[in-house]
Amino acid sequence: MKKLFLVAYLDVRESLRSKWFYVYTVVFGGLMALFFITGISNSVIMGFTGLSRMLLIFIQVTIIILPIFILITTVKSISGDRESNVLEYMLSFPISLRNYYWGKILGRFLTVFVPVILALLLGVIFGLIKGGNLPWNIILLYSALLFSVCLIFLGIAFFISTLVKSTDIAVGISFVVWIALLAFIDIGLIGLMLQHRINDELIIGIAMLNPIEVFRIGAISLFDPQLSVIGPVAYYILDSVGTKLLILYSIFYPIVLGLIFALLGYVAFKKKDLL
Amino acid sequence: MLVEVKNIYKKFFGENILDDVSLDIKKGDKIVMMGPNGAGKTTLVRAILGFYHIDKGSIKVSGYDPVKQRVKVLKNISFIPQLPPPIKLSLKEMISFIVKSSNISEELIFQEAYKMDLDLNYNLKKQFFKLSGGMKQKLLIAIALSKKSSLLIFDEPTANLDPKSRDHFYDLLQGLDKQCSTLFITHRLDEIKNLVNRQIYMELGKIVEDEQI
Repeated sequence: MKKLFLVAYLDVRESLRSKWFYVYTVVFGGLMALFFITGISNSVIMGFTGLSRMLLIFIQVTIIILPIFILITTVKSISGDRESNVLEYMLSFPISLRNYYWGKILGRFLTVFVPVILALLLGVIFGLIKGGNLPWNIILLYSALLFSVCLIFLGIAFFISTLVKSTDIAVGISFVVWIALLAFIDIGLIGLMLQHRINDELIIGIAMLNPIEVFRIGAISLFDPQLSVIGPVAYYILDSVGTKLLILYSIFYPIVLGLIFALLGYVAFKKKDLL
Repeated sequence: MLVEVKNIYKKFFGENILDDVSLDIKKGDKIVMMGPNGAGKTTLVRAILGFYHIDKGSIKVSGYDPVKQRVKVLKNISFIPQLPPPIKLSLKEMISFIVKSSNISEELIFQEAYKMDLDLNYNLKKQFFKLSGGMKQKLLIAIALSKKSSLLIFDEPTANLDPKSRDHFYDLLQGLDKQCSTLFITHRLDEIKNLVNRQIYMELGKIVEDEQI
């Protein structure tokens, strides 16, 4: 375990010096500051106001940009080290593949999760400055959702990173995964259903499998979700499953799926040629 | 026997890169491995280090399988790659990884580096990839020697070194334990003639010559 933590620590140190980490931190911290400065928390749009409104906007932007940030920065982790021969040298020391792989995942998880959770906390601090009640239930839900969404895309990224030997191809695949998942959120799904007369149960099934859609529904479920805000598929799912079950599903499904992808990546890392 | 390679095959994209290769390395063997580019030298070394799953045959290092028991195998091997990799860790972090993963003393690395005219104290905060080519290579050599392994594998180790540093390096190798085995991949036989007692020549994935010198 000591060696696993050592690899994680060194990965964090390495990330902290990378330009991508600064861009990533500035984007999420900057977003929250921008919302505060532009007075979004004072506006009343679609029934939401105050800190809840600011958090909702933050999470909606996060749905789009967080997955691609995690995918393109993490997917280079193993494939990039392999391409530059760093992996060859580092793995010529007596360290197990288990410690190396899971240490890398742990390190990278911390570097992608901490900036977004700090941005969320920044929002809470802004809320405290402005006064008013803090919506703790929303803050807790969003923290859990951010945790699970970081894990799912980290798992997918590591899976791609171990399978693909070229970083260019790995980044290309990441874009395809991101676009495919975005395409199958509410609007795309309804378009598909109408155009091809696809069975509505299939549409619901696809929506429930898509981590971005699950994240989206989970994020809005604590508010008074209206059809016009979340879209017909999400509205239908929320109506049939119920808020509590849906929240649990939207937190645990991405965590389980992320761990499955990470595990598959580990199996590929062990079973395939390392270089 | 330190290394036993028995009838191994390895294909990449349908092409035999290692084609029925067998090789034994005994304690104290000082080997120079030569051959044209693409002969399979680096692939053979990488297979011994456990980076490749071979298609057929077997490899044992001190009786252990390099893929399944990599930690046990790599405790006894030091490796210097042809080109220093662009590691982004600082020297302090890199040394801490090596000290903790290989269970060696930091002081020993500093001493070996000093013998190579590299004062690590002034560069500890620098990132490894920002050092000059010669400094990187010196550090990799110092790390390899401080591991006190039973087998040292060098893939063109002096490619980035100036003549004076090369002499330092060869002097250090003269002082190695006689029981320690070395495997050099190089095209410059004249430089290491005095350091080797066995010459292997590879071509098209096969060992075509293996003789004592």
